[in-house]
Amino acid sequence: MAQPLNYLNESASQTAGPYVHIGLAPGAAGFDIYRTQLGEDIAGPDAPGERIRVEGVVMDGTGAPVKDVLLEVWQADAAGIYPHAEDPRVADCAPGFRGWGRVITDFDTGLWAFDTVKPGPVMGRNGQMMAPHVSFWLVARGINIGLSTRMYFEDEDNSADPVLNLVEQAPRRETLLARKVSPGLYRFDIRLQGDGETVFLDI
Amino acid sequence: MKPAEFYQRDRTSQPPALTPDYKTSVARSPRLAMLSLQGSMSEVTGPTFGHSDIDAIDNDLIRNYAKTGDPVGERIIVHGRVLDENGRGIPNTLVEIWQANAGGRYRHKKDTYLAPIDPNFGGCGRTLTDDQGYYYFRTVKPGAYPWRNWVNNWRPAHIHVSVFGTSFSQRLITQMYFEGDPLIAKCPIVATIPDPRAIDQLIAPLDLNAAIPLDCLAYKFDIILRGRRSTLFENRLEGN
Ligand SMILES: [Fe+2]
Repeated sequence: MAQPLNYLNESASQTAGPYVHIGLAPGAAGFDIYRTQLGEDIAGPDAPGERIRVEGVVMDGTGAPVKDVLLEVWQADAAGIYPHAEDPRVADCAPGFRGWGRVITDFDTGLWAFDTVKPGPVMGRNGQMMAPHVSFWLVARGINIGLSTRMYFEDEDNSADPVLNLVEQAPRRETLLARKVSPGLYRFDIRLQGDGETVFLDI
Repeated sequence: MKPAEFYQRDRTSQPPALTPDYKTSVARSPRLAMLSLQGSMSEVTGPTFGHSDIDAIDNDLIRNYAKTGDPVGERIIVHGRVLDENGRGIPNTLVEIWQANAGGRYRHKKDTYLAPIDPNFGGCGRTLTDDQGYYYFRTVKPGAYPWRNWVNNWRPAHIHVSVFGTSFSQRLITQMYFEGDPLIAKCPIVATIPDPRAIDQLIAPLDLNAAIPLDCLAYKFDIILRGRRSTLFENRLEGN
Protein backbone atom coordinates (compact mmCIF):
# COMPACT_ATOMS: atom_id res chain seq x y z
CA MET A 1 0.00 0.00 0.00
CA ALA A 2 1.22 3.46 -0.86
CA GLN A 3 0.61 6.51 1.27
CA PRO A 4 -2.91 7.93 1.05
CA LEU A 5 -3.27 11.16 -0.94
CA ASN A 6 -6.06 12.56 1.22
CA TYR A 7 -7.67 14.71 -1.42
CA LEU A 8 -11.36 15.35 -0.97
CA ASN A 9 -13.70 14.55 -3.87
CA GLU A 10 -15.93 17.09 -5.53
CA SER A 11 -19.53 16.69 -4.37
CA ALA A 12 -21.67 14.91 -6.93
CA SER A 13 -24.03 17.07 -8.96
CA GLN A 14 -27.78 16.53 -8.90
CA THR A 15 -30.31 17.97 -11.30
CA ALA A 16 -31.54 21.49 -10.56
CA GLY A 17 -35.04 20.10 -11.12
CA PRO A 18 -38.15 21.91 -12.32
CA TYR A 19 -38.28 24.37 -9.42
CA VAL A 20 -34.79 25.86 -9.74
CA HIS A 21 -36.38 29.30 -10.06
CA ILE A 22 -37.50 29.26 -6.42
CA GLY A 23 -33.89 29.29 -5.34
CA LEU A 24 -32.17 31.27 -8.06
CA ALA A 25 -34.88 33.54 -9.48
CA PRO A 26 -37.91 33.54 -7.16
CA GLY A 27 -39.57 36.30 -9.16
CA ALA A 28 -39.92 33.84 -12.04
CA ALA A 29 -41.38 31.21 -9.68
CA GLY A 30 -44.12 33.72 -8.91
CA PHE A 31 -43.23 35.31 -5.59
CA ASP A 32 -41.37 38.22 -4.14
CA ILE A 33 -38.95 37.52 -1.29
CA TYR A 34 -35.51 39.11 -1.74
CA ARG A 35 -34.61 42.78 -1.92
CA THR A 36 -32.51 42.07 -5.02
CA GLN A 37 -32.64 39.28 -7.55
CA LEU A 38 -29.10 38.39 -8.62
CA GLY A 39 -27.81 38.29 -12.17
CA GLU A 40 -30.33 40.62 -13.81
CA ASP A 41 -27.84 43.26 -14.93
CA ILE A 42 -24.68 41.95 -16.58
CA ALA A 43 -22.94 45.08 -17.80
CA GLY A 44 -24.38 47.87 -15.64
CA PRO A 45 -25.41 51.25 -17.09
CA ASP A 46 -21.97 52.81 -17.51
CA ALA A 47 -19.78 50.15 -19.13
CA PRO A 48 -18.49 51.25 -22.53
CA GLY A 49 -18.93 49.06 -25.59
CA GLU A 50 -21.57 47.97 -28.06
CA ARG A 51 -24.89 47.28 -26.34
CA ILE A 52 -26.31 44.01 -27.61
CA ARG A 53 -29.17 41.64 -26.94
CA VAL A 54 -28.77 37.88 -27.30
CA GLU A 55 -31.79 35.63 -27.59
CA GLY A 56 -32.39 31.98 -28.26
CA VAL A 57 -34.00 28.72 -27.34
CA VAL A 58 -32.59 25.53 -25.85
CA MET A 59 -33.95 22.48 -27.68
CA ASP A 60 -34.10 18.87 -26.57
CA GLY A 61 -33.44 15.78 -28.71
CA THR A 62 -36.95 15.92 -30.20
CA GLY A 63 -36.53 19.56 -31.25
CA ALA A 64 -38.91 20.80 -28.57
CA PRO A 65 -37.94 23.91 -26.57
CA VAL A 66 -36.71 23.26 -23.03
CA LYS A 67 -39.06 25.65 -21.27
CA ASP A 68 -37.73 25.22 -17.75
CA VAL A 69 -34.00 25.66 -18.44
CA LEU A 70 -32.00 28.22 -16.48
CA LEU A 71 -28.85 29.66 -18.01
CA GLU A 72 -25.96 31.55 -16.50
CA VAL A 73 -23.49 33.56 -18.57
CA TRP A 74 -20.01 34.87 -17.77
CA GLN A 75 -18.07 37.25 -19.97
CA ALA A 76 -15.33 39.88 -20.13
CA ASP A 77 -16.03 43.57 -20.71
CA ALA A 78 -15.59 45.32 -24.06
CA ALA A 79 -11.83 45.56 -23.46
CA GLY A 80 -11.59 41.82 -22.72
CA ILE A 81 -11.17 42.25 -18.95
CA TYR A 82 -12.89 40.04 -16.37
CA PRO A 83 -14.09 41.63 -13.10
CA HIS A 84 -12.09 39.09 -11.10
CA ALA A 85 -8.90 39.35 -9.05
CA GLU A 86 -7.06 36.88 -11.27
CA ASP A 87 -7.34 39.02 -14.37
CA PRO A 88 -4.08 41.00 -14.36
CA ARG A 89 -5.93 43.97 -15.86
CA VAL A 90 -8.82 43.88 -13.36
CA ALA A 91 -8.10 47.43 -12.15
CA ASP A 92 -9.10 48.67 -15.60
CA CYS A 93 -12.37 46.72 -15.81
CA ALA A 94 -15.37 48.86 -16.81
CA PRO A 95 -17.10 50.58 -13.85
CA GLY A 96 -20.15 48.68 -12.63
CA PHE A 97 -19.48 45.73 -14.95
CA ARG A 98 -20.41 42.38 -13.29
CA GLY A 99 -19.91 40.07 -16.23
CA TRP A 100 -22.36 37.52 -14.90
CA GLY A 101 -26.02 37.02 -15.60
CA ARG A 102 -28.84 34.65 -14.90
CA VAL A 103 -31.17 34.07 -17.80
CA ILE A 104 -34.73 32.80 -17.42
CA THR A 105 -36.93 31.48 -20.20
CA ASP A 106 -40.50 32.38 -21.01
CA PHE A 107 -42.28 29.34 -19.51
CA ASP A 108 -44.72 29.19 -22.46
CA THR A 109 -42.26 29.40 -25.35
CA GLY A 110 -38.83 28.61 -23.93
CA LEU A 111 -37.43 31.82 -25.46
CA TRP A 112 -34.76 33.58 -23.43
CA ALA A 113 -32.88 36.83 -23.93
CA PHE A 114 -30.30 38.94 -22.15
CA ASP A 115 -28.83 42.41 -22.60
CA THR A 116 -25.14 43.11 -22.24
CA VAL A 117 -22.16 44.70 -23.96
CA LYS A 118 -20.25 42.76 -26.56
CA PRO A 119 -17.11 41.31 -24.93
CA GLY A 120 -13.64 41.99 -26.26
CA PRO A 121 -11.03 39.36 -27.11
CA VAL A 122 -9.42 37.69 -24.10
CA MET A 123 -5.84 36.48 -23.66
CA GLY A 124 -5.84 32.69 -23.71
CA ARG A 125 -3.25 30.10 -22.84
CA ASN A 126 0.29 30.38 -24.16
CA GLY A 127 -0.28 33.94 -25.33
CA GLN A 128 -2.93 32.97 -27.90
CA MET A 129 -5.80 35.46 -28.10
CA MET A 130 -9.32 34.08 -27.83
CA ALA A 131 -12.02 35.64 -30.01
CA PRO A 132 -14.82 37.47 -28.16
CA HIS A 133 -17.03 34.94 -26.42
CA VAL A 134 -19.53 34.44 -23.61
CA SER A 135 -19.33 31.35 -21.38
CA PHE A 136 -22.66 29.57 -20.80
CA TRP A 137 -23.77 27.15 -18.08
CA LEU A 138 -27.17 25.42 -18.35
CA VAL A 139 -29.21 23.57 -15.78
CA ALA A 140 -32.70 22.07 -15.93
CA ARG A 141 -34.83 19.13 -14.97
CA GLY A 142 -33.33 16.12 -16.75
CA ILE A 143 -29.82 17.63 -16.85
CA ASN A 144 -27.82 15.76 -14.21
CA ILE A 145 -24.80 18.02 -14.22
CA GLY A 146 -24.65 21.60 -15.51
CA LEU A 147 -23.64 21.82 -19.18
CA SER A 148 -20.93 24.28 -20.21
CA THR A 149 -20.45 25.82 -23.62
CA ARG A 150 -19.30 29.05 -25.24
CA MET A 151 -20.98 31.50 -27.57
CA TYR A 152 -18.89 33.28 -30.21
CA PHE A 153 -20.09 35.91 -32.69
CA GLU A 154 -20.38 35.17 -36.42
CA ASP A 155 -19.37 38.74 -37.29
CA GLU A 156 -16.00 38.52 -35.50
CA ASP A 157 -12.77 37.01 -36.79
CA ASN A 158 -12.85 33.59 -35.14
CA SER A 159 -10.28 31.95 -37.42
CA ALA A 160 -7.44 31.84 -34.89
CA ASP A 161 -9.48 31.04 -31.80
CA PRO A 162 -7.70 28.21 -29.94
CA VAL A 163 -10.90 26.70 -28.54
CA LEU A 164 -12.95 26.70 -31.76
CA ASN A 165 -9.97 25.17 -33.53
CA LEU A 166 -9.94 22.29 -31.05
CA VAL A 167 -13.31 21.11 -32.39
CA GLU A 168 -12.29 18.28 -34.67
CA GLN A 169 -15.24 18.40 -37.07
CA ALA A 170 -15.16 21.91 -38.54
CA PRO A 171 -18.94 22.10 -39.22
CA ARG A 172 -19.62 21.56 -35.50
CA ARG A 173 -17.85 24.88 -34.75
CA GLU A 174 -20.93 26.56 -36.24
CA THR A 175 -22.94 25.39 -33.21
CA LEU A 176 -20.95 27.86 -31.10
CA LEU A 177 -21.63 30.91 -33.29
CA ALA A 178 -24.35 33.45 -32.54
CA ARG A 179 -26.08 34.69 -35.72
CA LYS A 180 -26.52 38.40 -36.26
CA VAL A 181 -30.24 39.04 -36.73
CA SER A 182 -30.11 42.84 -36.93
CA PRO A 183 -27.82 45.55 -35.56
CA GLY A 184 -27.37 44.83 -31.86
CA LEU A 185 -29.39 41.60 -31.89
CA TYR A 186 -27.92 38.09 -31.95
CA ARG A 187 -29.56 34.68 -31.98
CA PHE A 188 -27.96 31.68 -30.25
CA ASP A 189 -29.92 28.42 -30.17
CA ILE A 190 -28.57 25.49 -28.19
CA ARG A 191 -29.35 21.89 -29.17
CA LEU A 192 -28.90 19.37 -26.39
CA GLN A 193 -29.00 16.36 -28.67
CA GLY A 194 -29.45 15.17 -32.25
CA ASP A 195 -28.92 17.09 -35.50
CA GLY A 196 -26.69 20.07 -34.90
CA GLU A 197 -25.95 19.07 -31.31
CA THR A 198 -24.11 21.95 -29.62
CA VAL A 199 -20.50 21.37 -28.68
CA PHE A 200 -20.39 21.14 -24.89
CA LEU A 201 -17.19 21.70 -22.97
CA ASP A 202 -15.68 19.75 -20.10
CA ILE A 203 -13.98 22.73 -18.51
CA MET B 1 3.44 29.21 -5.89
CA LYS B 2 0.74 30.68 -8.06
CA PRO B 3 -2.63 29.01 -8.55
CA ALA B 4 -2.98 27.33 -11.94
CA GLU B 5 -5.75 25.21 -13.50
CA PHE B 6 -8.38 23.31 -11.57
CA TYR B 7 -8.06 19.57 -11.23
CA GLN B 8 -10.00 17.82 -13.94
CA ARG B 9 -13.53 16.95 -12.91
CA ASP B 10 -13.75 13.31 -11.84
CA ARG B 11 -16.45 12.16 -14.23
CA THR B 12 -16.45 8.65 -12.69
CA SER B 13 -18.10 9.98 -9.55
CA GLN B 14 -20.37 12.48 -11.31
CA PRO B 15 -23.65 11.41 -12.92
CA PRO B 16 -23.46 10.90 -16.69
CA ALA B 17 -25.85 12.92 -18.87
CA LEU B 18 -27.89 9.91 -19.99
CA THR B 19 -29.54 7.99 -17.13
CA PRO B 20 -32.62 6.21 -18.57
CA ASP B 21 -34.21 5.45 -15.19
CA TYR B 22 -34.52 9.21 -14.78
CA LYS B 23 -36.66 9.55 -17.88
CA THR B 24 -36.39 13.28 -18.48
CA SER B 25 -32.65 12.87 -19.02
CA VAL B 26 -33.19 10.76 -22.14
CA ALA B 27 -34.15 13.61 -24.51
CA ARG B 28 -32.09 16.21 -22.64
CA SER B 29 -28.69 14.49 -22.66
CA PRO B 30 -25.99 15.27 -25.22
CA ARG B 31 -24.91 12.16 -27.15
CA LEU B 32 -21.58 13.39 -28.51
CA ALA B 33 -18.45 13.61 -26.41
CA MET B 34 -17.71 16.84 -24.60
CA LEU B 35 -14.64 18.79 -25.67
CA SER B 36 -12.16 18.77 -22.79
CA LEU B 37 -10.58 22.16 -22.28
CA GLN B 38 -7.58 23.18 -20.22
CA GLY B 39 -8.52 26.13 -18.06
CA SER B 40 -7.98 29.58 -19.55
CA MET B 41 -8.82 32.98 -18.07
CA SER B 42 -12.47 32.42 -19.01
CA GLU B 43 -12.64 29.31 -16.81
CA VAL B 44 -10.47 30.27 -13.82
CA THR B 45 -12.42 33.48 -13.23
CA GLY B 46 -16.05 33.74 -12.16
CA PRO B 47 -18.58 36.05 -10.54
CA THR B 48 -18.00 37.39 -7.05
CA PHE B 49 -20.62 38.50 -4.55
CA GLY B 50 -20.62 40.74 -1.52
CA HIS B 51 -22.75 41.60 1.47
CA SER B 52 -24.42 44.39 -0.51
CA ASP B 53 -25.98 41.73 -2.76
CA ILE B 54 -27.95 39.97 0.00
CA ASP B 55 -29.61 40.69 3.34
CA ALA B 56 -28.86 39.10 6.73
CA ILE B 57 -32.34 37.57 6.93
CA ASP B 58 -31.92 35.75 3.62
CA ASN B 59 -30.44 32.67 5.37
CA ASP B 60 -33.40 32.27 7.76
CA LEU B 61 -36.17 30.40 5.94
CA ILE B 62 -38.25 30.35 9.12
CA ARG B 63 -38.45 34.16 9.06
CA ASN B 64 -37.70 35.35 5.53
CA TYR B 65 -41.24 34.80 4.25
CA ALA B 66 -43.18 34.70 7.53
CA LYS B 67 -46.49 36.58 7.28
CA THR B 68 -48.65 35.57 10.25
CA GLY B 69 -46.25 33.32 12.22
CA ASP B 70 -43.63 30.62 11.78
CA PRO B 71 -43.95 27.97 9.05
CA VAL B 72 -45.20 24.50 9.98
CA GLY B 73 -42.61 21.75 10.30
CA GLU B 74 -39.61 20.38 12.12
CA ARG B 75 -37.27 23.29 12.85
CA ILE B 76 -33.69 22.60 11.72
CA ILE B 77 -30.34 24.25 11.22
CA VAL B 78 -28.35 23.22 8.15
CA HIS B 79 -24.71 24.15 8.47
CA GLY B 80 -21.28 23.17 7.19
CA ARG B 81 -18.37 24.35 5.12
CA VAL B 82 -17.67 24.87 1.46
CA LEU B 83 -14.25 23.32 0.85
CA ASP B 84 -12.11 22.60 -2.18
CA GLU B 85 -10.59 19.21 -2.94
CA ASN B 86 -7.42 20.28 -1.13
CA GLY B 87 -9.51 20.68 2.03
CA ARG B 88 -9.28 24.48 2.12
CA GLY B 89 -12.34 26.48 3.09
CA ILE B 90 -13.69 28.74 0.33
CA PRO B 91 -14.49 32.15 1.84
CA ASN B 92 -17.13 34.66 0.69
CA THR B 93 -18.79 32.35 -1.76
CA LEU B 94 -22.52 32.46 -2.45
CA VAL B 95 -24.63 29.50 -1.30
CA GLU B 96 -28.26 29.43 -2.38
CA ILE B 97 -30.81 26.81 -1.32
CA TRP B 98 -34.40 25.98 -2.17
CA GLN B 99 -36.80 23.32 -0.94
CA ALA B 100 -40.36 22.12 -0.53
CA ASN B 101 -42.28 22.92 2.64
CA ALA B 102 -42.88 20.39 5.44
CA GLY B 103 -45.70 18.83 3.42
CA GLY B 104 -43.59 18.37 0.28
CA ARG B 105 -45.08 21.27 -1.70
CA TYR B 106 -43.04 23.91 -3.53
CA ARG B 107 -44.04 27.54 -3.80
CA HIS B 108 -43.86 27.49 -7.61
CA LYS B 109 -46.56 28.14 -10.16
CA LYS B 110 -45.73 24.84 -11.87
CA ASP B 111 -46.10 22.69 -8.72
CA THR B 112 -49.60 21.20 -8.48
CA TYR B 113 -49.07 18.57 -5.76
CA LEU B 114 -52.13 18.33 -3.50
CA ALA B 115 -50.23 19.14 -0.27
CA PRO B 116 -50.97 22.75 0.73
CA ILE B 117 -48.78 25.81 0.32
CA ASP B 118 -47.61 27.13 3.69
CA PRO B 119 -48.49 30.85 3.85
CA ASN B 120 -45.43 31.49 6.02
CA PHE B 121 -42.86 29.61 3.99
CA GLY B 122 -41.15 30.80 0.81
CA GLY B 123 -38.68 27.95 0.51
CA CYS B 124 -35.49 29.70 -0.54
CA GLY B 125 -32.47 31.16 1.21
CA ARG B 126 -28.99 32.44 0.44
CA THR B 127 -25.85 33.36 2.31
CA LEU B 128 -22.13 34.02 1.88
CA THR B 129 -19.57 31.74 3.53
CA ASP B 130 -17.39 33.36 6.19
CA ASP B 131 -13.61 33.63 5.98
CA GLN B 132 -13.28 29.90 6.84
CA GLY B 133 -15.84 28.78 4.28
CA TYR B 134 -18.52 28.19 6.92
CA TYR B 135 -22.23 28.75 6.25
CA TYR B 136 -25.54 28.13 8.01
CA PHE B 137 -29.25 28.29 7.35
CA ARG B 138 -32.32 27.89 9.53
CA THR B 139 -35.36 26.24 7.97
CA VAL B 140 -37.95 23.49 8.40
CA LYS B 141 -37.32 19.96 7.25
CA PRO B 142 -38.84 19.47 3.80
CA GLY B 143 -41.34 16.70 3.16
CA ALA B 144 -41.03 13.89 0.62
CA TYR B 145 -43.11 14.38 -2.53
CA PRO B 146 -44.27 12.31 -5.50
CA TRP B 147 -43.06 13.01 -9.03
CA ARG B 148 -43.88 11.71 -12.47
CA ASN B 149 -41.30 9.19 -13.62
CA TRP B 150 -42.49 5.68 -12.85
CA VAL B 151 -46.05 5.74 -11.52
CA ASN B 152 -45.04 5.64 -7.86
CA ASN B 153 -41.78 7.58 -7.50
CA TRP B 154 -41.21 9.72 -4.42
CA ARG B 155 -38.32 12.07 -3.83
CA PRO B 156 -36.55 11.62 -0.50
CA ALA B 157 -36.62 14.77 1.64
CA HIS B 158 -33.98 17.05 0.13
CA ILE B 159 -32.70 20.60 -0.08
CA HIS B 160 -31.37 21.89 -3.40
CA VAL B 161 -28.01 23.64 -3.04
CA SER B 162 -26.26 25.96 -5.51
CA VAL B 163 -22.62 27.02 -4.99
CA PHE B 164 -20.22 29.20 -6.96
CA GLY B 165 -16.67 28.84 -5.60
CA THR B 166 -14.11 31.23 -7.04
CA SER B 167 -14.37 30.28 -10.70
CA PHE B 168 -17.02 29.48 -13.29
CA SER B 169 -15.56 25.98 -13.64
CA GLN B 170 -16.40 25.21 -9.98
CA ARG B 171 -20.08 26.04 -10.44
CA LEU B 172 -22.19 23.29 -8.89
CA ILE B 173 -25.79 22.48 -8.10
CA THR B 174 -26.55 19.46 -5.97
CA GLN B 175 -29.06 18.18 -3.40
CA MET B 176 -28.68 17.50 0.30
CA TYR B 177 -30.40 14.42 1.73
CA PHE B 178 -31.13 13.51 5.35
CA GLU B 179 -29.50 10.65 7.25
CA GLY B 180 -31.75 7.65 7.70
CA ASP B 181 -34.28 8.40 4.94
CA PRO B 182 -35.36 5.07 3.36
CA LEU B 183 -36.43 6.86 0.16
CA ILE B 184 -32.80 7.70 -0.72
CA ALA B 185 -32.17 4.12 -1.84
CA LYS B 186 -35.35 4.13 -3.99
CA CYS B 187 -34.77 7.36 -5.88
CA PRO B 188 -33.86 7.28 -9.61
CA ILE B 189 -32.39 10.79 -9.34
CA VAL B 190 -30.06 9.78 -6.50
CA ALA B 191 -29.21 6.67 -8.53
CA THR B 192 -27.88 8.80 -11.41
CA ILE B 193 -24.70 9.02 -9.30
CA PRO B 194 -22.59 5.96 -10.18
CA ASP B 195 -20.39 5.88 -7.07
CA PRO B 196 -21.99 4.89 -3.72
CA ARG B 197 -19.38 6.89 -1.80
CA ALA B 198 -20.37 9.98 -3.77
CA ILE B 199 -24.01 9.36 -2.78
CA ASP B 200 -23.03 9.07 0.89
CA GLN B 201 -21.28 12.41 0.57
CA LEU B 202 -24.67 14.04 -0.18
CA ILE B 203 -26.35 12.67 2.97
CA ALA B 204 -26.23 15.09 5.89
CA PRO B 205 -25.88 13.47 9.32
CA LEU B 206 -27.89 14.60 12.31
CA ASP B 207 -25.59 16.90 14.27
CA LEU B 208 -26.97 16.96 17.79
CA ASN B 209 -24.08 19.08 19.03
CA ALA B 210 -25.21 21.89 16.77
CA ALA B 211 -28.87 21.56 17.73
CA ILE B 212 -30.36 24.24 19.98
CA PRO B 213 -31.94 22.62 23.06
CA LEU B 214 -35.73 23.03 23.21
CA ASP B 215 -35.65 24.88 19.86
CA CYS B 216 -34.34 23.08 16.79
CA LEU B 217 -32.33 20.13 15.43
CA ALA B 218 -29.28 20.42 13.18
CA TYR B 219 -27.81 18.65 10.17
CA LYS B 220 -24.26 19.12 8.92
CA PHE B 221 -23.52 19.33 5.23
CA ASP B 222 -20.07 20.02 3.79
CA ILE B 223 -19.89 20.87 0.10
CA ILE B 224 -16.73 20.06 -1.84
CA LEU B 225 -15.81 22.02 -4.95
CA ARG B 226 -13.01 21.26 -7.37
CA GLY B 227 -9.47 21.84 -6.16
CA ARG B 228 -6.69 23.59 -7.93
CA ARG B 229 -3.14 22.97 -8.92
CA SER B 230 -0.32 25.29 -7.94
CA THR B 231 2.30 26.38 -10.43
CA LEU B 232 5.47 24.63 -9.27
CA PHE B 233 7.36 25.20 -12.50
CA GLU B 234 6.54 27.88 -15.05
CA ASN B 235 4.76 26.29 -17.97
CA ARG B 236 3.94 29.22 -20.19
CA LEU B 237 0.49 29.97 -18.85
CA GLU B 238 0.74 33.65 -19.77
CA GLY B 239 -2.62 35.25 -19.59
CA ASN B 240 -3.76 32.97 -16.80
FE1 LIG C 1 -36.82 19.06 -5.32
